[in-house]
Amino acid sequence: MEYLIGIQGPDYVLVAADNVAASSIIQMKHDYDKMFKLSEKILLLCVGEAGDTVQFAEYIQKNVQLYKMRNGYELSPSAAANFTRKNLADYLRSRTPYHVNLLLAGYDESDGPGLFYMDYMASLAKAPFAAHGYGAFLTLSIMDRYYRPADLRNQVEEPSQRCLDLTIPAEL
Amino acid sequence: SNDVNKVIEINPYLLGTMSGSAADCQYWERLLAKECRLYRLRNNHRISVAAASKLLCNMMLGYKGMGLSVGSMVCGWDKEGPGLYYVDENGTRLSGRMFSTGCGNGYAYGVVDSGYREDMTVEEAYELGCRGIAHATHRDAYSGGVVNMYHMQEDGWIKVCKEDVSQLIHRYKEGMF
Repeated sequence: MEYLIGIQGPDYVLVAADNVAASSIIQMKHDYDKMFKLSEKILLLCVGEAGDTVQFAEYIQKNVQLYKMRNGYELSPSAAANFTRKNLADYLRSRTPYHVNLLLAGYDESDGPGLFYMDYMASLAKAPFAAHGYGAFLTLSIMDRYYRPADLRNQVEEPSQRCLDLTIPAEL
Repeated sequence: SNDVNKVIEINPYLLGTMSGSAADCQYWERLLAKECRLYRLRNNHRISVAAASKLLCNMMLGYKGMGLSVGSMVCGWDKEGPGLYYVDENGTRLSGRMFSTGCGNGYAYGVVDSGYREDMTVEEAYELGCRGIAHATHRDAYSGGVVNMYHMQEDGWIKVCKEDVSQLIHRYKEGMF
């Protein structure tokens, strides 16, 4: 199953996603990229229903780029996350809701690094760490146990490596 | 009928395959062919494989949830080189080096994944392609008929062969279970 993880560090956000595009029991691609670059300092990770994921993510991506063209400056990560959530919410009770789960990672010059968790019900939460997929059931507790809002680079990478070391064999 | 061609020849540099509902595939891929021709007339250069597959993908998304059944591969050669995209009725669009579609696709994946080598010759690749279809047809109740094989090259596609699957199975019989 599709897996996303994000962890916020002192001046960066670390994100990772699996590379499999599956259709039922068949892996159609093993090198599939689930990250969408919204701007130089914002990444959107997107998983969920086939077709919806790319269509929704590209829609958000193009709108963020359009904002920059029109206004001369970029949307902040927080603004981009709220824009994304609003779109999810508006479509939720329409005939065509988007069944997608998202992580938005960004760096704001004034606010610093930020990680935003969103799901298909249009919830939004800014969190120090987050994950989507069955793998989240195994890794959230690892991060609860070991995560510290760190001053040193190593202290964030170590728990994230533990997460990936655990999830990849477990999900196979 | 037994000799249905499930490959639509969009233009000398673009092919589309069809699986799922025959009606849906024929309709939407012929519409794609029309759009590709219009693109060429309006822009004075041939449409890229990425763009052609995205056109089909967006047609599918317009009718998402309404019961279309299309599993197709758009194959062509453009400025970026050879291109292969898988497009289905959900709006999934994947670029890749090998795909198999339709209800016997698992059987084909098994044979092709096992027999594939990076350094295959063209003749070996033709043989592997035929094998994939033949073995899938053998096991899958809903597959049959003929193998229509095309080879996409830099200066366009060529039709390699049109082989009856029962003849192929007969030829392979010695080495099969």
